[in-house]
Amino acid sequence: MIPGLGNLMQDVLWCFSQVKGTIDVGVTEADIISTVEFNHTGELLATGDKGGRVVIFQREQESKNQPHRRGEYNVYSTFQSHEPEFDYLKSLEIEEKINKIRWLPQQNAAYFLLSTNDKTVKLWKVSERDKRPEGYNLKDEDGRLRDPSMITSLRVPVLRPMDLMVEATPRRVFANAHTYHINSISVNSDYETYMSADDLRINLWNFEITNQSFNIVDIKPANMEELTEVITAAEFHPHHCNTFVYSSSKGTIRLCDMRTSALCDRHAKFFEEPEDPSNRSFFSEIISSISDVKFSHSGRYIMTRDYLTVKVWDLNMENRPIETYQVHDYLRSKLCSLYENDCIFDKFECVWNGSDSVIMTGSYNNFFRMFDRNTKRDVTLEASRENSKPRAVLKPRKVCVGGKRRKDEISVDSLDFSKKILHTAWHPSENIIAVAATNNLYIFQDKVN
Amino acid sequence: MFMRGLKRKCFDGEEDIEGTLAGIKAIPSYNLQRQSLLDMSLVKLQLCHMLVEPNLCRSVLIANTVRQIQEEMTQDGTWQMINMQNTGQASVDRLVSTDILCRSSREQAEGKHVPGYSTFSKDFEGDQAQDSSETMSTASSVQALRNLQSNVWEMENSQENKGNFQKSLDQIFETLENKSPNSVEDLFSEVDNSYYDLDTMLTGMMSNTKMGHCDGLEPFPSPTTTTSSSNCKSDLNELDHIVEILVES
Repeated sequence: MIPGLGNLMQDVLWCFSQVKGTIDVGVTEADIISTVEFNHTGELLATGDKGGRVVIFQREQESKNQPHRRGEYNVYSTFQSHEPEFDYLKSLEIEEKINKIRWLPQQNAAYFLLSTNDKTVKLWKVSERDKRPEGYNLKDEDGRLRDPSMITSLRVPVLRPMDLMVEATPRRVFANAHTYHINSISVNSDYETYMSADDLRINLWNFEITNQSFNIVDIKPANMEELTEVITAAEFHPHHCNTFVYSSSKGTIRLCDMRTSALCDRHAKFFEEPEDPSNRSFFSEIISSISDVKFSHSGRYIMTRDYLTVKVWDLNMENRPIETYQVHDYLRSKLCSLYENDCIFDKFECVWNGSDSVIMTGSYNNFFRMFDRNTKRDVTLEASRENSKPRAVLKPRKVCVGGKRRKDEISVDSLDFSKKILHTAWHPSENIIAVAATNNLYIFQDKVN
Repeated sequence: MFMRGLKRKCFDGEEDIEGTLAGIKAIPSYNLQRQSLLDMSLVKLQLCHMLVEPNLCRSVLIANTVRQIQEEMTQDGTWQMINMQNTGQASVDRLVSTDILCRSSREQAEGKHVPGYSTFSKDFEGDQAQDSSETMSTASSVQALRNLQSNVWEMENSQENKGNFQKSLDQIFETLENKSPNSVEDLFSEVDNSYYDLDTMLTGMMSNTKMGHCDGLEPFPSPTTTTSSSNCKSDLNELDHIVEILVES
């Protein structure tokens, strides 16, 4: 697919491609996927899980022999990124769950990514080794030192091929800068800095410096009892290295310019939609809390996800979004129950496709939704083992709200709220999507003719 | 509709509830539903004290919801009734709220439902015309909220109050040292978690990680009289007073 042409929904049929993860009924908590991210070329796909592990999949080269197998993703590297820790001062555990992974653009043969848990960000280098030196003078083949007096001749060590080994090494550890839980990391377009955001503060880091970070946003009140709003997500502008946005639990987005002052507590732009008084309830604030914010690839728009909707904002218009899409409005009458079982606090993410023409986000019952911004059509698909035959076309799903339930429709009360799709990713240039359903990773591609 | 196995406890379709006749037993009155939401929110806030640090966003959203309910009740006039009834009420309700405060963190980690609250809800679900009990439970809710608000988030000690800081840290170390499941100790362990100045300690990344406040501290000071003097069963006012001293609110 060529970005810029746009993907018309009616032309795209999504097919099952692969699923990773076990089929066991009982899910180990540590295997629950907590973040999914393609790298900038789409060649690599990384997942992080609650057990602190990162698994990287690599797309295999397309072969002319098997044209229907359009580059499957296979495991490339697996490593333990974070371990559980214990904060002795507070007598609290620090979870090893990977909250976010962000790739750096590739600058040499190695791949670099940032991974973070609640407190610590790490820069990992993933590199291949397919040769090893042989024929050292001072040590023998087993590595034991040779007696120098026994060496009678010299030779030059040569590189010999070996089985491909992919190794991941932690190159930087950025620790001790966050009192609260890190919810976002974002690499700046200058590729020299990145930011990490927790509930109340945002810090700016230089990749080379691990013992210092620069605080650029601080919304912590002097008296914590006055706290009513927290930071929920943050991201750098894709092209302007001085601009970033952060969203809040009150449904607002602030755009900040780092050139104006060192501490960006005063926003350059403030995006908020006025509340609809007819829809007001005790849950209005909770469902307006933004769980994810993403710049479009063009940098002209931002997309936000709150509990029931996805909104697209034009950076030039602050008083309301230009588009609002209902993800699962049938839940509006169930908010009290969803508050009781805590589902109302689920943080769904949202993604753009490569050309910014289609947006995708997850829902319950392993459903995920796509909205075509041009045609205004939307579709609901399901990530399930039943639809997992190779190249099987996914059938659109429908939730019926009340009255007669047609065949193939599912009623609201039958939805499984433990099967939630919080994390999805879209290939940067092709119609390939990765959907995390609890401990399984589904990969879907559009139909090849 | 819910996670498998979870019994339905709450009432949906808020917009349908408003203006319902009190005579219909199946659908509770708006006040009742609001009260139930308030109770549920307070329980949620309390259950935050687990092994892992509670989700601050969730806590803030729940606390804001509680505030909203309070504001509406104030406008309703329901709130005034509570304040008048507050003094001189040596009722079961106060013990309930005290009970919540005194729950050991271990009990909460095990997810034990507070007996007082569950009977509360049950009483409400049955009876519509319980205006007085509604206001009484709100009274206990007010107390609980005031204390909870101090507990839920980390309290920041101002730099000037090093004396109290010292005393607070004494409490922390004492709690760490004294692992006996005394409910009062555990009560204060919850409070303790909240108020040393983390910023000062952890943002020592800027220069050196000097922990200025802690320099002169002995690791295991002798127990102060503050904890031993208070008793879970003591009057709520005295408990309030003690918490106020420690938290400097």
